[in-house]
Amino acid sequence: MSEKIKKLNVSKPLLLDCKKTVKDFPLAYETYGNLNKDKDNAILVFHALTGDQFVSGTNPVTKKDGWWVTAVGPGKAIDTNKYFVICANVIGGCMGSWGPKEIDKKTNEPFGLNFPVITIKDMVKAQETLLDHLGVDKLLCAAGGSMGGMQLLQFCSTFPNRTFSAVPIACSTNHSAQNIALNELARQAIMSDPIWDNGKYLKKNIQPKNGLAVARMVGHISYLSKKGMQEKFGRKLQEKADYEFSFDADFQVESYLRHQGFAFVERFDANSILYITRAMDYFDLSKQFKGGLVEAFKNQKTKFLIISFSSDWLYTTKENKDTVIALNAAGADVSFAEIKTDKGHDSFLINETEFLKTLKGFIDSMHVKFKNEKNEKRIQSNS
Amino acid sequence: MKKEFRVIADLLPKNIRVLDVGCGDGSLMSHLIKEKNIEVRGLEIIEENVKKCIYKGLSVIEGNAETELHQFPTKSFDFVILSQTLQAFYNPEKVLKDLLRIGKSVIISIPNFGYWKVRTSLLIFGKMPVTKTLPNSWYNTPNLHMCTIKDFFDFCIEKKININKVVGVNEESTSEITKSNLEIKNLFSKVGIFLLK
Repeated sequence: MSEKIKKLNVSKPLLLDCKKTVKDFPLAYETYGNLNKDKDNAILVFHALTGDQFVSGTNPVTKKDGWWVTAVGPGKAIDTNKYFVICANVIGGCMGSWGPKEIDKKTNEPFGLNFPVITIKDMVKAQETLLDHLGVDKLLCAAGGSMGGMQLLQFCSTFPNRTFSAVPIACSTNHSAQNIALNELARQAIMSDPIWDNGKYLKKNIQPKNGLAVARMVGHISYLSKKGMQEKFGRKLQEKADYEFSFDADFQVESYLRHQGFAFVERFDANSILYITRAMDYFDLSKQFKGGLVEAFKNQKTKFLIISFSSDWLYTTKENKDTVIALNAAGADVSFAEIKTDKGHDSFLINETEFLKTLKGFIDSMHVKFKNEKNEKRIQSNS
Repeated sequence: MKKEFRVIADLLPKNIRVLDVGCGDGSLMSHLIKEKNIEVRGLEIIEENVKKCIYKGLSVIEGNAETELHQFPTKSFDFVILSQTLQAFYNPEKVLKDLLRIGKSVIISIPNFGYWKVRTSLLIFGKMPVTKTLPNSWYNTPNLHMCTIKDFFDFCIEKKININKVVGVNEESTSEITKSNLEIKNLFSKVGIFLLK
């Protein structure tokens, strides 16, 4: 498994928000396409809660499609024949980056709950080192949905001149009470599974599968809209003519959730869910700056396109618009589009034509602008 | 490009910041960037138009000017442009107030209900006018608050809004409108363009 995963050893010390300093930790990543001579075609993608670095093609570990195969690949909205796409597994994750299932050199055992509580900012700072490693001074674009969008907003705020354009999708500048509550539900599901054993299950080489599956089910409900779910499942029964008067999965929607839940435990680490959801809950960009959000986005040269989905109740259009308002107040260059769809929060991961067209249109037009800007700078420095 | 847009562009200095409210597919914005090196942002309610702007690399926010102008800070733009949409708002007075707050100057164009063809339609034929500038019928028009150039002129005076310049447009010809020629220009202009401070 490990030979399929590219890893950067981050040797530069990283001061975490919890005040601990770490260095020499692994950051797993993947790239698609090639960086061109002018280095004007690099796009950084940030993944969401349960994503990983395998954006496109086939994930070599799970053998499933990459998580954003609808948007990234040859001829896709983010065309890898044209662009150089980079994605790293977040720290705290479980696809090769430094996370709770990695071995703690001090104890020679998996970190478990000895792993420090990390934040979105910590994730982003770790990923910035990858750009140096790959020789990318300035990205053409950075994009991400959900937690990926939150990372992106943090990235732009912490490193204001590292990307020419940015597409934060279905996200917000802080986690709402409802989002924290849903994450807490997921964590409680894991922690109330006796197998979890205070995060020490890995020593016994087992997973709290039941708890982790329930956590995933909670997530799946929140990623779909009521209307979308009704259209997809309604009250349809799962391969049976009538109720069975039992607690088996009579309804299709139950069967779907159980399938999603138990497929997930094969590929994800329960402790990682605890750590990553915690990072999301702690995220509040305005809290990091005295002047609030306006200060967070001050002096932005990055061109933003914020995209929301009309039926997303996890990160609503209103929350996405609040980010637009903050960017406007800071005088940043910001565009905003709401995609009308019944498919809920998950819309950015599926084949949502209008969304993909908008994404492609923006990135392609930004590429032209970025090239022009680079040319102008070249002419200026030559004259 | 429409004559109206060319008049608006001529009213703008180079290298400034402009907000185009109701920017449509961005044709005025593209022109301003190319010809005047203006940093321009758009606000547009129609999703299809928003996408067209994005494909062109223009900065546009999907939203409703009636309810969402509050997001723009006070005096954050040198000019704010509103082309032929004031009459479609529920509360044009409130919108105008917001525009004057956001921009150091405001350019507003209005389809002139005092144009002679409009007047004759009502006077001679007794029917609500349908013209090139007012293409909809009474039952499907988005226009809620139609006014004439004279109406808007008087409105600005009443509300103590400083009128800097008024230009009347009739097809390809344009002329400056002043207090002294207001009556006649109100009869022969299809569109009135007001520069307000």
